[in-house]
Amino acid sequence: MRPYAVTGGRTHPVSGRFDLISLIQTTQLPPDQRHGLSPEHLGILELCRNLMSVAEVSAHLDLPLGAVRVLLGDLLVRRLVEVWDPAPPVITHDDRTLEEVLNGLRAL
Amino acid sequence: MGSERSDQAGRRVPTAVKILIAGGFGVGKTTLVGSVSETRALTTEEDLSERGIGVDDTSGVGDKTTTTVVMDFGRITISDDLALYLFGTPGQNRFAFLWDELALGALGAVVLADTRRLADCFPSLDYFETRGTPFVVAVNCFDGARRYTTEQVRRALDLDPGTPVLLCDVRDRESSKRVLITLIEHVRTSSVAAVADAALPATAGR
Repeated sequence: MRPYAVTGGRTHPVSGRFDLISLIQTTQLPPDQRHGLSPEHLGILELCRNLMSVAEVSAHLDLPLGAVRVLLGDLLVRRLVEVWDPAPPVITHDDRTLEEVLNGLRAL
Repeated sequence: MGSERSDQAGRRVPTAVKILIAGGFGVGKTTLVGSVSETRALTTEEDLSERGIGVDDTSGVGDKTTTTVVMDFGRITISDDLALYLFGTPGQNRFAFLWDELALGALGAVVLADTRRLADCFPSLDYFETRGTPFVVAVNCFDGARRYTTEQVRRALDLDPGTPVLLCDVRDRESSKRVLITLIEHVRTSSVAAVADAALPATAGR
């Protein structure tokens, strides 16, 4: 299938910027909010019951990033997903974060 | 310095951080990502033709040119709300702008080197040095490749004395782990140094 068929030819999301490592999680909204969604939208909602980056959504659904961003934009507008964009360096490069990363790596 | 990964309600905010894995073609970037990540290396595809960037596609086939760049990456879950991503950087020079996007906010980079083709990692070194991204050089010791000491490699690459150089085997999980740990330790040291530098009054010469 042509990748942008799943977005109806749209190449830009209606909402959100969706960095490669923006984290996505499906919200707990009732199922009636899902009316009219495509199988690909539903696939994302299923996948993102666990916290997942935009890059991972793209990899697991085998869709290019551009198409994934459009689909995520649709879901964000309906508040079906929550999005956390990458934190600024003051947080990611904070000594506590770095130490947590170090400990996590050592524990692997 | 008071920065907390939590929102106003005191909820911990999920945070993702990334490390770049750079180096020449075939040096073992994807192997490193796969050996230390939770799953095999994943791939994602960025469609450059949709981004309004003048990518010179010389294929000239069809009326609409499509250029895609494939990126390998992997994930290491540090905790419930902290995920570390490793991104292999696509090698081609013409994807330089994509490097900018990848490097933005990255904790640091691993530059993989192969002593049989040392020059292949020069563009990566130049890039991270210019950008001020902390990096370590990891020499992937391929079977049968002539071994050099880290000091010989450091000299050959004309590296800053503070830049860590280590030998590794990217197929080995422990070895790849050690590369990443060395990088994060280096990042911590560099940020302490950067804070100290910023605290000093501006002086001539640096």
